Amino acid sequence: MAKVTWKLADGSEISAEVKDGLNLMEAATANNVPHIEGECGGCLSCATCHVFVDTEWYDRTGEVDEIEDTMLEMTDVEREDNSRLSCQIVASPELDGLILYVPEPE
Amino acid sequence: MAAPIVIVGAGQAAASLVARHVALESSQPLLLLGEESHPPYQRPPLSKKYLLGQLERERLFIRPRDWYADNGIEIRYDTRVDEIRPDAGEVVTAAGESIAYDKLVLCTGAHARALPGSLGGDLDGVHRVRTIDDIDRITPEFRAGRKLLIVGGGYIGLEAAASARTLGLEVCVIEMTERIMQRVAAAETSDYFRQLHSSHGVDLREATALKKLHAANGRVSAAEFDSGERIDVDLVLVGIGAAPNVDLAAAAGLDCDNGIAVDAQCRTSDANIYAAGDCASFVRNGARVRLESVQNAADQGDLVARVLAGEDATYDALPWFWSDQYDCRLQIVGLNQGFDRTVRRATDERCVSIWYYADARLLAIDAMNDPKAYAFGRIIIEAGKHPPAEQIADPATDLKAIAKS
Repeated sequence: MAKVTWKLADGSEISAEVKDGLNLMEAATANNVPHIEGECGGCLSCATCHVFVDTEWYDRTGEVDEIEDTMLEMTDVEREDNSRLSCQIVASPELDGLILYVPEPE
Repeated sequence: MAAPIVIVGAGQAAASLVARHVALESSQPLLLLGEESHPPYQRPPLSKKYLLGQLERERLFIRPRDWYADNGIEIRYDTRVDEIRPDAGEVVTAAGESIAYDKLVLCTGAHARALPGSLGGDLDGVHRVRTIDDIDRITPEFRAGRKLLIVGGGYIGLEAAASARTLGLEVCVIEMTERIMQRVAAAETSDYFRQLHSSHGVDLREATALKKLHAANGRVSAAEFDSGERIDVDLVLVGIGAAPNVDLAAAAGLDCDNGIAVDAQCRTSDANIYAAGDCASFVRNGARVRLESVQNAADQGDLVARVLAGEDATYDALPWFWSDQYDCRLQIVGLNQGFDRTVRRATDERCVSIWYYADARLLAIDAMNDPKAYAFGRIIIEAGKHPPAEQIADPATDLKAIAKS
């Protein structure tokens, strides 16, 4: 299990205990985190699960492969150095306490 | 109590509608009626990861089963609607129950076309690929070494062929028209996938029609083609397209035209009834189109929730689509209808994209193992840019530079 916190642009936050092996797009939609859609089901075709990872945590969320890196070009909110597609981050005990920031589209 | 919004059909469109309804914190009650025993689930993995046993059933569900009740949504399983009574504002279930609606949304989807019984479509060992239950019937039959015939060289047939080869079955695919994927793609894309499947050992026969399936002991055992050739088979998958579920709507007097006809807000010819997803046809670029895709179902479902909440939104989303076969990822953006030329861009043998043009206008892109062509192409199309075909064909052209200029 990992406790994950999504921080929203309005200052509110949503936290959930996420089962190991689930990806954080699935966890976000199950917990009604706004702006995380995950239309393609996590197969790297839609870029609708974009998050900014707290910089303290970024390195622990794993490598960004070439496909994810390319898909990050078409996010609604412009990517930053700490951008990830949350369908590519898989919950594990090492991520207990993870903080994600949810981009707010205009 | 006020009558609820009633959704008939519990697929992707319904799931997205409900999710948006909850996100908008709409106070109107919502009732979801589904024919199956499952909450709304993703269909794309059915012919791929789920068939391969790489994804457990719960992870197909778009929201967890408990999510609906937790969010104040009533969902009824195993509930088939047999009739709409627009004048009374109610639907009637197969069990005979009348349910009043304030607004009705038809998310009835499409059904897999069946092989006629006269050709052997009713035999044991003949399957279709549309629902979780379909796949759960196929899985125990998918064993290495068995001989599988796939009827139809479209997405479903080709994805199932890839899954079957991965599991070690012997696979023959027959396609009635002159080439696989004829309905959806240009010849260059068909060429790519023909080569892909041939290289994985699929016996691919185009311009070949099924004459009849033959049985032994009540179960399919052989297939006869129009050429007269006969092959032994252990099982058959039928992937000959889908047809929209319009019977309910048509019987209620709603306008239908290759699907339930809707306007730009997904409203049918009855102002209190909406339709979204595979079952709905809408006007795009002056022509009525109907799309069978996650993107279309999700975006139309989302739109209906917004419209019902009072937003003045219209449907103009850019279509996109994907298909996974073996280790090849096909990604499509745009609608290629009306194209008069294509340009092939190849950065290497595996990374190929086909760009569809009508005159100088870029319409759509098929990208094979080329996420850059897909992602930057999508940005280019969304921005209304039309880069010259000659420029695209040159693999040295920097797509990102065009997209971000």
